[in-house]
Amino acid sequence: MAQPSDDQLRAILVDMVGARVQARRLWNLQRQGQVGTLAPIDGHEAAIAATAHALDPEQDWILPQYREPLALQRFGSEVLDRYLLYNVGHPAGSHLPPTVRVAPLQISLATQIPHAVGLAWGMTLQNQPGVVTVFFGDGSSSEGDFYEAGNLAGVLGVPVIFLCINNQWAISTPLHQQTAAETIAAKAAAFGMPGFTVDGNDAAAMYDAVNEARTRALAGQGPTLIEAHLYRLGAHTTADDPTRYVPAEELEEARRNDPIDRLRAHLVERGLWDDGAHAATEAESLARFDEAFDRARATPIAPDAVLDHCTTVDSQRLARQRALLLDPEGVES
Amino acid sequence: MSDTTELTMLQAVNEALHLEMARDDRVVVLGQDVARNGGVFRATEGLFEKFGEDRVVDTPLSEGVIVGAAVGLAMSGLVPVAEIQFLGFSYQAMHQVAGQVARLRYRSQGRFEPAITIRSPFGGGVRTPELHSDSLEGQLANVPGLKVVMPATASDAKGLLSSSIRDPDPVLFLEPLRGYRGIRGDVPDGEHLVPLGEARMARRGDDLVIIAWSYLVEMACRVSDALADEGLSVAVLDLRCLAPLDLAAIAAAVDHCGRVVVVEEASQTGGFAGEVVATIVEECFWSLEAPVVRVSGLDVPYPVGMVEDAFVPDEARITAAVRRTLETA
Repeated sequence: MAQPSDDQLRAILVDMVGARVQARRLWNLQRQGQVGTLAPIDGHEAAIAATAHALDPEQDWILPQYREPLALQRFGSEVLDRYLLYNVGHPAGSHLPPTVRVAPLQISLATQIPHAVGLAWGMTLQNQPGVVTVFFGDGSSSEGDFYEAGNLAGVLGVPVIFLCINNQWAISTPLHQQTAAETIAAKAAAFGMPGFTVDGNDAAAMYDAVNEARTRALAGQGPTLIEAHLYRLGAHTTADDPTRYVPAEELEEARRNDPIDRLRAHLVERGLWDDGAHAATEAESLARFDEAFDRARATPIAPDAVLDHCTTVDSQRLARQRALLLDPEGVES
Repeated sequence: MSDTTELTMLQAVNEALHLEMARDDRVVVLGQDVARNGGVFRATEGLFEKFGEDRVVDTPLSEGVIVGAAVGLAMSGLVPVAEIQFLGFSYQAMHQVAGQVARLRYRSQGRFEPAITIRSPFGGGVRTPELHSDSLEGQLANVPGLKVVMPATASDAKGLLSSSIRDPDPVLFLEPLRGYRGIRGDVPDGEHLVPLGEARMARRGDDLVIIAWSYLVEMACRVSDALADEGLSVAVLDLRCLAPLDLAAIAAAVDHCGRVVVVEEASQTGGFAGEVVATIVEECFWSLEAPVVRVSGLDVPYPVGMVEDAFVPDEARITAAVRRTLETA
């Protein structure tokens, strides 16, 4: 058992608080029509930030679903920069530099789980240290890719942490309509790997669980499935109205268990945090966000950027389409 | 000139795999029954013994994760060559093929190199059970980012497969079941590379051109040879790759001959022959001396043995289409 140090807990809280206020800023920008549809992070901060802090950004990988980026500060400031670029609709928003071991967002649910297994397998074959952590949700645990990838990971014994963020809802579908299994972690038994359910609102518990899974993986003891049990405090996305289906009293109950309030209270009690630190963290996070957002909006875009990076060399047809895009007088011929 | 050896298409595929694995230790082969069994057709025979269990891997029976894991292997810097045992079963991996493999470079904006080759046998004429014979090339060619490579000769099978494995873009390398042992020919020894995206004139001719790919090139050549005895000069253009498509070669052949028959084994509606015809209309409308004719599979699921000959284009159907097109004033 490796509990996070005081410094680590403080760093995790800084990232959680930053993610929360930046998510609110982003929500408002979406309502102003300045960014596209996005998935708010509210309620998921502890599970994601603590996971990132239990990993080593120098050698471990994170394959996100789509809700995670604001809480992945530990993996590099470029994660926020590119996430904002992504949200303003710039193609380069999907590109992270080679030093940042985070994959692009994955909109197609669970499809990144087989990639995580292949990536960990490839790292093992090339004697590269490190583990691959793949995020997905309770809804994704119903996808075939989850089962196929879990099965292969078990067979190969590769260093993967399957990190299921169980926030109780897949848009409007509640967990009991997603699975009749007692827990999602229980499904690990069918893959021949250990599975644990963790309180996803408890940053220290999350850190501990991921740290243990990572230690096992690095020791060649294979993959682990971790189910982070938490509650989606916000909407599924900016296009969703959860008041249509989330029971108000259930949400109220969940709010009393807000992961930020919990860690904040814990650190305040121990004299490691105070209101001043909280306010300063919020202000710094927003300043950082605004600066990155201004840069994202000012990032130039080539008139034929839409055609780049499809294939290494343009086909005869793509070359014509590129010429057409670059010719203001161009007509289909 | 380098020496050649007569090989079946299957032996040519196997030789390319051996050469590429020996040349580049990043190449790994994965799929069902590809290791100890050497593949159900023996396409991967000898690889396991030669390159070991780390590089030649039998996977669980799970098409989606064979392709999905190949994506991750490529992200790690390896060069996966995945086998889908029969193309009809790739429906169970299509979300990974079309949604992930094809757009890995695009959605990472060039960070990840999808140097992935997916080999799969396809096509009819060998009395297989259901879903073993489907021709899905048109569906795959409709996915931006994928290369679709379909050799028609043993020599091309080797040269195009080596090029596909070395290509930094993802390639669907489709091998005709009937051609595995039914097509043989002289194959250059040692390294042999055929560039992707260049069509090949399989028969020269002046009166009409048959445009085909994969096994139907062989059939079109037989038709051309038979009609040559009657003094008819029928060219055969082997596309080799549906994506990238050699527009210039199509235009040159059609401009020269003025009459065209396009043959394909897949069902007709929405099939790739339609794309070829559209290309001809755009590029060569004023060179045409007769309506373009398609000879395709039928618009039904690939059928069972007693009726499959009615589905797959044969020499009689191709010959009839050629005669009709030549007779059009």
